[in-house]
Amino acid sequence: MTEKHGPPIPHGRGGDLPEKDGLPERTRAYWIGRGMLGLFSLPGMILLISFSGFAAFAAQSGIPMAQAVFMTGIIWALPAKVILVGSIVSGAPLIAAFLAVTLSSIRLMPMIAALIPEIRTAKTPSWALLLVSHLIAITAWVMAMERVQAVPRPHRLAFVAALGLTLTLSCMALVALVYPFVSTFPPLVAGCLFFLTPVYFLASIWSSARQRVIPVALVIGLFIGPFAALAVPDFDILVSGIGGGTLAWMIERAWRKREGKAA
Amino acid sequence: MNWTPGPEGYLFIAIAGFLATDIWRWLGVIIGNRLDESSEMLNWVRAVATALVAAVVSKLIVFPTGELAASPLWVRLLAVAVGALAFFLGRKTPAIGIGTAIATLALGLWWIGF
Repeated sequence: MTEKHGPPIPHGRGGDLPEKDGLPERTRAYWIGRGMLGLFSLPGMILLISFSGFAAFAAQSGIPMAQAVFMTGIIWALPAKVILVGSIVSGAPLIAAFLAVTLSSIRLMPMIAALIPEIRTAKTPSWALLLVSHLIAITAWVMAMERVQAVPRPHRLAFVAALGLTLTLSCMALVALVYPFVSTFPPLVAGCLFFLTPVYFLASIWSSARQRVIPVALVIGLFIGPFAALAVPDFDILVSGIGGGTLAWMIERAWRKREGKAA
Repeated sequence: MNWTPGPEGYLFIAIAGFLATDIWRWLGVIIGNRLDESSEMLNWVRAVATALVAAVVSKLIVFPTGELAASPLWVRLLAVAVGALAFFLGRKTPAIGIGTAIATLALGLWWIGF
């Protein structure tokens, strides 16, 4: 999906990429353009389809169009928005809605913590990272983690900002456009559109994983997720993430130590 | 305070939506800024982030919302399994895995008269 520049990056490398990594010299404007063009990609199209689904959901839930567009820009993460609309529909008070949304958004913390070391330089100001962090949700995170490797480090923040801002603004425009035409799709089509998102996340995270711990964590999280949802419905994502992630990290570390002994 | 379709609705969304979500993004930046790129700590953070996303994904597959909620679980699991097989046979090309999974789902749903 991404163009390959220079030699391929070996798997399992700890992200210790040098500043000069044999990538061709390009201007900042070129990388901003490449970031914006991220919209016209398979994940970009899947995201737009997911947001047309959200527009339909918001309309059917009685949220005015302007508020649906406002939510898209100000929250951006799709699961958080679905939960907020769900809380609104059930008539939840502010504190209950806040708690439900904030629980679903905790996952953004480790995602962004993992992305920041990939995109900052010694000179990057924190306020710039705080601003760009708003543009990160699952799709933008997966795309950024995957594509930033082909971008020279000094241009990475601009690349991610351009990618995230283009995705956010396009989805806001799409929600406004689709909202008035919420006609019901046939169930088969609606079902397939819904299914695109999970399948896309699986395929792209696996294919872009550079550290071995990522596929291990992916498989463990997949298996724990549904059981955690049944056992601890309100904290399942948190439990699967911390529990499953720690287990994956321990397994991969033990594996690495055995290899170290064998070598 | 409860949500209304009027102007106060925006305040509700700003507190229960924006603030509830962005505090975690800001904390992520603060933590990420202290992580060394080759540290074991970052490796753990990566594992937790990936497992979190994986749990969201598997909930979407096992407990979907909307139209798919009425479909049998085996059709969805079959679609993921056939898609995964195609993905690995197709040298881990995302489009091959995604296309096969969706085609299998569409065929399965059509077969059972969805």
